[in-house]
Amino acid sequence: MLEKKVNAVVIGGGSAGMAAALSIAEKGYQVAIIEREDTLGGILLQCIHNGFGLQEFKQELTGPEYAQRFEDFVHKNRKINIFLETTAVDITQNDNGTRVVNTYSKKHGVILFSADAVVLAMGCRERNRGNIAIAGTRPAGIFTAGLAQRLLNIDGFIPGKKVVIIGSGDIGLIMARRLTWVGTEVLGVVEIQPFPSGLTRNIVQCLNDFSIPLYLNHVVSRIYGKERVTKVRITPITQDGKIDEKKSFQIACDTILLSVGLIPDMELAKNAGVRINHDTNGPYVNADLMTSQEGIFACGNALHVHDIVDYVTEEARRCGSYVHDYIQGGRVKKQGNVIPGANIKYILPNHYVTHRNNRLYCRPMIVKNNAELFIKINKKFVLQKKLRHIQPSEMISIDLEKDVFKNIQKDQNHTLEVSIR
Amino acid sequence: MKEDCFDVAVIGAGVSGAAIARKLSLYRLKVTLIEKCEDVSFGVSKANSGIIHAGFHHKPATLKSRLEIEGNLMFEKFQQELQFPFKRVGILVAAFSYEEMKTVEKLYQQGIENNVPLIEICNRERLLELEPKLNSDVSGGLYAPTGGIIEPYRYVFALVESAMKNGVKLFTDFKVIRAGYSGGQYTITSAKGRSLKAKYVINAGGLYADEISSLFKAEKYKIFPRKGEEYLLERNSSGFPNHVIFPVPIKNSKGTLVIPTVEGTMMIGPTAEEIKDKEDVATTPENLEKVFSLAMKMIPSISKREIITSFAGLRPAMEGNDFYIDISKKASHFIQVAGIQSPGLTASPAIAEYVKDLLKKDGLKLVEKRDYDPFLKGAMVVRGRTPEEADKLIKKDSAYGNIVCRCENVSEAEVTEAIEKGHTTMDGIKFYTRAGMGKCQGGFCTYKILHLINQKAGISINKITKRGGRSTIVYDTLSDKNIK
Ligand SMILES: Cc1cc2nc3c(=O)[nH]c(=O)nc-3n(C[C@H](O)[C@H](O)[C@H](O)COP(=O)(O)OP(=O)(O)OC[C@H]3O[C@@H](n4cnc5c(N)ncnc54)[C@H](O)[C@@H]3O)c2cc1C
Ligand SMILES: Cc1cc2nc3c(=O)[nH]c(=O)nc-3n(C[C@H](O)[C@H](O)[C@H](O)COP(=O)(O)OP(=O)(O)OC[C@H]3O[C@@H](n4cnc5c(N)ncnc54)[C@H](O)[C@@H]3O)c2cc1C
Repeated sequence: MLEKKVNAVVIGGGSAGMAAALSIAEKGYQVAIIEREDTLGGILLQCIHNGFGLQEFKQELTGPEYAQRFEDFVHKNRKINIFLETTAVDITQNDNGTRVVNTYSKKHGVILFSADAVVLAMGCRERNRGNIAIAGTRPAGIFTAGLAQRLLNIDGFIPGKKVVIIGSGDIGLIMARRLTWVGTEVLGVVEIQPFPSGLTRNIVQCLNDFSIPLYLNHVVSRIYGKERVTKVRITPITQDGKIDEKKSFQIACDTILLSVGLIPDMELAKNAGVRINHDTNGPYVNADLMTSQEGIFACGNALHVHDIVDYVTEEARRCGSYVHDYIQGGRVKKQGNVIPGANIKYILPNHYVTHRNNRLYCRPMIVKNNAELFIKINKKFVLQKKLRHIQPSEMISIDLEKDVFKNIQKDQNHTLEVSIR
Repeated sequence: MKEDCFDVAVIGAGVSGAAIARKLSLYRLKVTLIEKCEDVSFGVSKANSGIIHAGFHHKPATLKSRLEIEGNLMFEKFQQELQFPFKRVGILVAAFSYEEMKTVEKLYQQGIENNVPLIEICNRERLLELEPKLNSDVSGGLYAPTGGIIEPYRYVFALVESAMKNGVKLFTDFKVIRAGYSGGQYTITSAKGRSLKAKYVINAGGLYADEISSLFKAEKYKIFPRKGEEYLLERNSSGFPNHVIFPVPIKNSKGTLVIPTVEGTMMIGPTAEEIKDKEDVATTPENLEKVFSLAMKMIPSISKREIITSFAGLRPAMEGNDFYIDISKKASHFIQVAGIQSPGLTASPAIAEYVKDLLKKDGLKLVEKRDYDPFLKGAMVVRGRTPEEADKLIKKDSAYGNIVCRCENVSEAEVTEAIEKGHTTMDGIKFYTRAGMGKCQGGFCTYKILHLINQKAGISINKITKRGGRSTIVYDTLSDKNIK
């Protein structure tokens, strides 16, 4: 059994893990990246379409290209040790307070890493059929969209011949186009909401360009088939949200793809006692992206699900600099609470500080043009911002300069509320 | 073609057939176990509540009640020999009114008559002390410490493995469709044209026992499928109880239960619904609502958020609602093991004893083997080990260090072992190792397992199935011909 001592352990070598590790190492600290797969890169490696890096590199890259750039930086950095084919299975604490990450490695057996700080960058998993409880049988041929993407783009396996996609998330939309290109018939995308949950660009380029029907306000109400999927029943939803059984129709298909959302992968963290935020399904974090457990930080899709990788990189880099401060002995001083107001699904982090700038990320619950964003502290307006277009699939970032807090009584409790109109 | 000739053929590799085959492997006999599915335990025995009942639910006069008690008491020995997950966590019945407490008293009486050990009636305080998560409105209830929980498929896999170790020949993908009797022997033919001969036949065909009985020109009866839907909740669920929690039973059903599993997940269910189609294992949103509201009445902290998946199983019920285990009066040397609904799992060790006695009565000579070995090593798993133990395991075989299923921490070595033991479908591997059984339901491990089956069993990717037949996972592999 190997025991290693480092300043920080980063669990997960996707875009979040790589950016966090780089930012910690740049300040001279020893970092270990733990990655279960045999390469770095994470989910980016299966996203062979382009659209990555517009903010970070001012260029349109594919997922693997974006990952490659960071991989090169990481490999060059001598403060970073990379442990591939190594899975973190447990996070515990020593008597002196340092964290211990228990890992299984194919090559080295068990490695116990002790560190002052741990960064959770394990990414997310996909919501599956069990999470949305679709009635019917349980035949073969039901995939989450990301799994289908992985099977096709990395393994070279075609999931089926005739596909119905449930949910209009971006991965589902991108897979509609991808499957059409390999000769699979995509018979429709079924979305329970009155609006698509993916980006408009993807609706146009992945569905409209291929004449794939989008059934808004519809659900797949039943799955049929004993061995393999044979058909689905699709049912419209009336304006008052009821199921309109009589208008149901069926589509014969052999495959179903589910693109019904992503959830931060938090099992490891939960076992370590990290408090979970039910709005994001990720951890609660303070202004320094530290979870309820001292010395355990989170970023990327493990913290909340991001639609754009550039934001993941930004957040992870910032997380790395907070980790650096923490290792140096810095602790967050007095913090205010951050809470979601009207039309906001969630806002992160859950706290803010007044002595520096704060970046907040939030997700709206509504689709709207020319919306307005309001920020109140202790019910008093401090900031107002115009937003040209908002929709739930697009995360909103807010930069709060520390000037905003000029007039706040530093010793008082304060709460910052963000809402949208 | 020369046909294999056996002393006994057991039809159906569910828990009944598997327990019988293993029992018979103790004797100097040529025994075969025949199963229509691609793997064993793919019938009723894979989709149930996994409870080892204590034995107070059924009237003393029934056969099932007698075998339930006898079976229950045999589980320690079976577990020692076979190493499957089993825990005697105890059963509680929670009553919520004066009337329900009256029924509890009747159950207690019935338990005493059935000789259920250590059973007790509890007042409210005692019950809440045993199970603090119970609704505090509870009036009182029953406590039966001998009740337990098992992983049903792993139990069946172990029975079959042990039987095979002691000489039983297993045929899977062998659906019996024809049978003839001449010269003191049955000729049994499968849908794919294979055939074998046997002097004695045991019909443990679960839902299809009635059809098998007709094939052999034995008694005519009908099996009525009664559906039960169950919901599986994640590990560390907020409502996870210390015991199996039953409501007070109504009529023919034991009601909706809250069940802790040996592996730390939790189940709630089952429903009970008479249906016609023996393959109809669909679930419905209405039942989801019903099951949750009933379960949450008992344990309010149960949350729908924590559902991983749902499934349904069909109880093979018969008129009279008792087990029908007997020597056929019409077909020679033919034993019926039918109507094995709940508590079939619990009774299985005793069913095997009972059937062995029937065979003896019907003239089969039973001589014990000298070299019978009841013990199995048990599958090696990496999860739940101390770092020192895990390290040793990985140093011995590095495949233990490659975690394939991240939700349940299942390693490549465990999946490989399953494949080498003949479990080459996705479901077979799932039931054997738990890979794919956790929160992501295969989202992360499906491709890894496909590759492993392909490498270790040499099955081409587009031929790998979920559970045999036409349940293929992927349609094709990418090649130039697919690129448009
Ligand atoms: C399918 C999909 C399509 C997307 N498309 C776009 C797009 O078109 N444009 C865009 O800008 N953004 C897109 N995104 C968003 C963005 O790319 C991702 O949000 C981002 O890459 C996530 O990075 P991450 O590091 O947080 O997670 P991941 O990339 O998922 O990395 C997590 C890593 O942690 C490892 N890991 C997990 N658990 C453990 C453990 N216990 N031990 C060791 N290692 C572990 C995993 O193997 C993985 O490598 C997409 C996201 C997805 C999921
Ligand atoms: C929802 C539910 C919950 C339950 N909960 C419990 C519980 O908690 N505790 C308990 O003790 N019991 C429980 N039971 C009952 C228990 O599951 C059954 O009694 C038991 O599994 C029956 O086993 P079996 O071997 O008789 O039938 P099966 O497992 O169905 O085995 C019969 C086998 O025969 C095969 N077969 C059929 N026809 C042919 C043919 N022509 N040729 C070859 N093979 C054939 C089938 O494929 C099948 O594998 C429950 C049942 C259900 C449905």
